Amino acid sequence: MDPTLLDDYKRPFLELSQLGKTYPTPRGPAVILKDLNLRIRKGEFIALIGHSGCGKSTALSMIAGLNSVTEGVMIMDGKEIDGPGPDRGVVFQSPCLLPWMTAFENVMLGVNQVYFHVSRRERRTIAEHYLQRVGLGDAMHKRATDLSNGMKQRVGIARAFALDPKMLLLDEPFGMLDQLTKYELQDVLLGLWGKDQKTALMVTHDVDEAIFLADRVVMMTNGPAAKVGDILEIDYPRPRDRHALLADANYYRYREHLIGFLENCELEKEKIAREKAENAASKKAKEPTLV
Amino acid sequence: MLHKITHILDKAGLAWISPVVRLCAGENPREQGRQIFRLIGVPLIAILLFLGAWAVIAPKVETNVGTLPGPAAVWEQAGGLWQDHRAERERRAEFYAAQEQRRAAFEERFPDREWTAREYSGRPTYIHQIVTSLKTVFMGFFFASAFAIPIGIICGMSKTVYTAVNPLIQIFKPVSPLAWLPIVMILVAALYTTDNPMFERAFLSSAIVVALCSLWPTLINTAVGVASIDKDHLNVARVLKLSWHTKVIKIIIPSSLPYIFTGLRLSLGVGWMVLIAAEMLAQNPGLGKFVWDMYQSSSSQTLSLILVAVFTIGLLGFLLDRIMLTLQQLVTFDESSV
Repeated sequence: MDPTLLDDYKRPFLELSQLGKTYPTPRGPAVILKDLNLRIRKGEFIALIGHSGCGKSTALSMIAGLNSVTEGVMIMDGKEIDGPGPDRGVVFQSPCLLPWMTAFENVMLGVNQVYFHVSRRERRTIAEHYLQRVGLGDAMHKRATDLSNGMKQRVGIARAFALDPKMLLLDEPFGMLDQLTKYELQDVLLGLWGKDQKTALMVTHDVDEAIFLADRVVMMTNGPAAKVGDILEIDYPRPRDRHALLADANYYRYREHLIGFLENCELEKEKIAREKAENAASKKAKEPTLV
Repeated sequence: MLHKITHILDKAGLAWISPVVRLCAGENPREQGRQIFRLIGVPLIAILLFLGAWAVIAPKVETNVGTLPGPAAVWEQAGGLWQDHRAERERRAEFYAAQEQRRAAFEERFPDREWTAREYSGRPTYIHQIVTSLKTVFMGFFFASAFAIPIGIICGMSKTVYTAVNPLIQIFKPVSPLAWLPIVMILVAALYTTDNPMFERAFLSSAIVVALCSLWPTLINTAVGVASIDKDHLNVARVLKLSWHTKVIKIIIPSSLPYIFTGLRLSLGVGWMVLIAAEMLAQNPGLGKFVWDMYQSSSSQTLSLILVAVFTIGLLGFLLDRIMLTLQQLVTFDESSV
C-alpha cells in the first residue's frame, strides 16, 4: 500500500467518530443517527446515499455546524467542528438565495465576509470569476427571483466555491432539477471541484449521480439509529466521461451493488415492520386470556 | 409596453384604470367594456345611490341647528371654504406687498435704521388646517416608526425579549387616545420648556398621542416578520458567520420589509383616526379643532361644515392608505419563486 495513502488514513481530513443524533419527542427520544463512523481523505469526493429520511441530511447539517451533535466527535483538518463557519461551503437543496439580491450580490455577501482583507475591486473579481465559471457570466446582475431553478443552483454552487472553503457540503443540490439540467450542473460541479481539489461530501439519493461524481459512495442504513452500512470504492480515472462510464461493464456492477444495498435496507425495514405487527397481533390474541 | 403600464397601475392601486388603457390600445372592446362597467360603473352607481338616499332622507331630520344638510349644501360649503382660503391668500399677498412698499420707503428715509418686518397674522383657513393635520400625523407616525421598527426587530430576533415585552404591548395597545392625551399634555408642559420652541405644545402633544396609539401594528408586524424569516436564509447567515450588524441589514430587514410595511400601513390608518380626537382635545389647529370649533359655534352651517370635514378626513385617509399600499407592494418580492 502507498505509504502516503496510509498516512492519510491515519490522519484523515474529516473524521466522524461515534456520531449520534437524538431528538427528544413527546413519546421518548427519537434516535436518528447512532455510532456513525467515517473518515474522509483530503481532496476526496464522497457521495452519501440512503433512503429518504434515513438521516443523511441530518449528518450533513451536523458537519455544517447547523445542527447540534448529541454524541460523538467531528474533527476536520485537526480541529473539532464547533458551529458553522465559512470554511465549509454549503450548497443547500433549495438554493437559498436571498430573493431581493442579484446573483452577483448573493455571491458577494460571502466573498465580502471571507476576503475582508482585500480591496473591493479584488472581491468583485473573485465573485465575477466564480459566476463565470458556473456559466452565469451574462446573468450575474439579474435578480435571484428572475432566475430559473437551474440558474439559482448555479449561483448556489458559485457562492459555495467563492468562499474558498476547506470542504464542500452538498445537500441533494440537484434534487429539484430536471435530468438535462442535472447533467449540466454535475459537469459544472466536477469542473470546479477538479480544479480546486476541495474535499466534498454530497448527499444524494440518485445512484447514477453518486457513481459519476464520487470517489467513494457511502451507504447509510435505514433509520432509526442509522449508521454507515457499506462503502463502495468507485475506481474510475478523472476527468470522467459520462458516456464512457455508461459503456463500461463495471458501471453496472457498481450500480447493482448500490441498488442491492438500498433494496436490502427496504426488505429489512419491511421485515422489522412485519415482526412488529406480528408481535402486536400475538399480544392482542393473548389479551382475552389475561382478562 | 401595455403590460408594463397595466402592471404599474396595479402596483399603484389604480387597477380600475387598466381596462380603459387596454381599450385605448384596441384590446377586445367587449371584454374591456365589461371590465370597465365592473370596476368603474358599479362603484359609481353605488355612490350615486348613496347620494340620492342622503338627499332624500336628510331634509326630514330636524335638529336644533336646522335640518340635516343634503349633498348639495355640503358641496356648497366645501366651495365656500375654498373661496375663503383663496381670499385669505390674497389678503396675505396684499399685506406683504404693502409691507414691501413701506420697507422700501422706510429705508429710503432712514438708511441708518433697522427695519423690523412683521408676520401676517391672519387666521388659519381650512386648507391650513388640513396641512397642520397632515404634519401632525406624519410627525406622530415618524415617532412611532422610529420606536416600533427597532423594538420590533429585537422582539422578532429574541424570543426572550418578545416574552418580556409582550404583556406591555397587550396592556397598552387597547388604550384610547383620549386616555393618553391628558398625561401627554401634562408631561409636554412640564418637560418641553424652551424659550424658543420649535413646535407648538399642542402640536407636539397630538403627535405624541398619535405615536402612542399607532405604534402597535408596526411593532407587532415587524416582530412577526422577523420571527418568520425563512430558516434557510438565516442558515446562510450562520454559514457565512455574518456579524450581527450585517445580518440585520442584509438579511433580516430586507426579508421582513413586506411585513414592516403592512404594519406601517395599519399604523398610519390608526394614527389618522386617532389624530382627530387628539386635535379636538389638545386644540391643535388642525381638522379636529375645526370640527370642535364648528360644533361650538352652532350656526346654521355647522352641520354642513362638519360634514365637509368628515369627507375630507375620509378622502385623505383613503389617499394615505393608497400611498402606503403602493409602497408596500413595491418592497414585496415574489417569495414563492425562490
